[in-house]
Amino acid sequence: MNNFQIKERKDLAPSIVLMDVYSPRLANVALPGQFLIVVADEKGERVPLTICDYNREEGIVTIVIQAIGASTKKICGFKEGDCFRDVVGPLGNPSELVEKTDEELSSMNIMFIAGGLGAAPVYPQVRYLAERGIKAHVIIGAKTKGLVIMEKEFRKLTPNVHIATDDGSYGFHGLVTDLLKSLVAEGNKFDLVVAIGPMIMMKFAALTTKALGIRTIVSLNSLMVDGTGMCGACRVSVGGKTRFACVEGPEFDGHEVDFDQALRRGGMYRTLEQRCNEEHDHKCNIGGTGNGK
Amino acid sequence: MANKIPRVPVREQAPAVRATNFEEVCYGYNVEEAQLEASRCLNCKNPRCMNACPVNINIPKFISEILSGDFKAAANTISEDSLLPSVCGRVCPQETQCEGSCILGVKGESVSIGKLERFVGDWTLENGDFGSAEGIVKNGKKIAVVGSGPAGLACAADLAKLGYEVTIFEALHKAGGVLAYGIPEFRLPKSKILDNELKKVKALGVKIETDVIIGRTSTIDSLMNDEGFSAVFVASGAGLPKFMGIEGENLNGVVSANEYLTRVNLMKAFSSEYDTPILVGEKTVVVGGGNVAMDAVRTAKRLGSDAYIVYRRGEEELPARKEEVHHAKEEGINFEMLTNPIEILSDDKGWVKAVRCIRQELGEPDESGRRSPQPIPGSEFEIECDSVIMALGTSPNPLIANTTNGLEKNRRGCLVADETLATTRKGVFAGGDTVSGAATVILAMGAGRRAAKSIDEYCKSL
Repeated sequence: MNNFQIKERKDLAPSIVLMDVYSPRLANVALPGQFLIVVADEKGERVPLTICDYNREEGIVTIVIQAIGASTKKICGFKEGDCFRDVVGPLGNPSELVEKTDEELSSMNIMFIAGGLGAAPVYPQVRYLAERGIKAHVIIGAKTKGLVIMEKEFRKLTPNVHIATDDGSYGFHGLVTDLLKSLVAEGNKFDLVVAIGPMIMMKFAALTTKALGIRTIVSLNSLMVDGTGMCGACRVSVGGKTRFACVEGPEFDGHEVDFDQALRRGGMYRTLEQRCNEEHDHKCNIGGTGNGK
Repeated sequence: MANKIPRVPVREQAPAVRATNFEEVCYGYNVEEAQLEASRCLNCKNPRCMNACPVNINIPKFISEILSGDFKAAANTISEDSLLPSVCGRVCPQETQCEGSCILGVKGESVSIGKLERFVGDWTLENGDFGSAEGIVKNGKKIAVVGSGPAGLACAADLAKLGYEVTIFEALHKAGGVLAYGIPEFRLPKSKILDNELKKVKALGVKIETDVIIGRTSTIDSLMNDEGFSAVFVASGAGLPKFMGIEGENLNGVVSANEYLTRVNLMKAFSSEYDTPILVGEKTVVVGGGNVAMDAVRTAKRLGSDAYIVYRRGEEELPARKEEVHHAKEEGINFEMLTNPIEILSDDKGWVKAVRCIRQELGEPDESGRRSPQPIPGSEFEIECDSVIMALGTSPNPLIANTTNGLEKNRRGCLVADETLATTRKGVFAGGDTVSGAATVILAMGAGRRAAKSIDEYCKSL
């Protein structure tokens, strides 16, 4: 097996692809919450993607990509057996859950909110907890039933899987924030919410949990070039201070993040064409965008 | 007699032409020009140039070898002290080093030592002399080098020559460090010069593993404990960009010079064939006065932007090489000296629309000996622009210090190393910008070579 070769490729939903990539050094040390960078070919961009899963024995890391811009479309076009030019990582800090003792973790009731592609980075965290006998809650949110990804995988880890679709075609009819509110109203008590998905979803999840008084972690998929602290493209205001998402994040306290700035910065390199594409996709078929450009 | 010949001018692309392309500015000397320039050297008994060279290249010797037409001998003379003549001949601040102390410079113009060094370096590469590992007796010991910039390359090459099995770990997807991501194509051509210099290092048997971030993908502890490396040389540079901390710095359209240059140099965003995007403003303000600021402003100009340097001190104090400032001016870069940004102003969509600045005057010299600039009250004004590049310097990446047991750093975030370049952790050495803070290619290269000596002694003492 060659370095950075695609061992398996699966379509999860329209324009959403899962890939198992051979990258033994990376697979050996990856932890939940971290991300990696893919360079598709010689002319490719450095595209940050969250690590969805890893298999240390086989040297495999799993990524989930949504084809949105030119670069993510190029990556999604790779087939089984193809090799990426580069896969670099793991980048960023592991989830704070990894730092906690099993005892601390089992005393917590944790809710994960996964919007669209955000299900991918949430998965390894829920798996990490399941391996310690902890059944976390998970809300998977999507525009419509066809865009709900990884439900089966989550159900293997925990019985507490909730689905929300914007159009009501599956599960709860409404936004993830509405489902969260209704679960809390039913008497569920959560000590921590981990919300990962499109920036706009994380913004409103954080606003909701602030009102509910629940501590909230978000994972920012900021723009970046090197991912090692060199470029500063990923800077984000957290609690009034500028932080680099690549080396100081990607997870931050959701109640401290300046989401409006993050949303604005996220669009910095978007061309008019891409904006049009996204608006078009938004109307017809695409769910949330968890990462990529 | 010799000093009656005026300094041989070097051929360059015309300013108006080169300001629209990324081809190299300076063509360098041909054989005739090089030999004529070499004939100006007085071959001083006590060569001040050699003492002023950070790695003490035997300058009079290699110049006399150029004069006698033995370019191979000249290359060997330089290679005793420098690994990268093609690079250093292009990017060294010669006016404050060798050329700055040339005796001819007292009354006239110094010998063009940098251009002669470049001539020898390029001659070697053009003649395909990349060296080989032939004749090197392997000693069976493994050394890890972190970073493939000038310090890492120099250390790796020297250790390989001594028989060590050397692996360089590079965090980015291409080797070369600042030579690859920082210095633009128009000053240091990548395929003609950098790739060939890398070829020379690899020809010695050095392995370069890209996409390995020490501190993430692996750690120094793991390299030494699990992968069998006897010693590690940390040459991870100073890659962390500084910002001013002023209002509006996170607006859309404000980037670090590191980001701007990495997009253009490493990712080749200047070419539409490459996927990485770059924001090209109609009017770009670059804040800073060093070589990186000059590189960024000249890059912006080449991408089609009207380009300004805003620097808080005066022209005399510009830390950039004189040649770069001269080239920038020729290319039509505007200089706003003794000017400091105090705020970046936003349009109604969160994009930069202007930089609010204040004029300054030079006060008393500070502890660094430079006269410190003082703002002139009431002199605030705005420069309208849609792109701002911060080129304020860089500091070492804390990743390695934070993930290695027993590795101390100082207040400025630099790794602590003694005169042998040994760090506070046994078997771990460090040099270049990661120890000194951002400095020059030649100092980094010199540090790499010193570290190689120390590592050899250390390994022999085990």
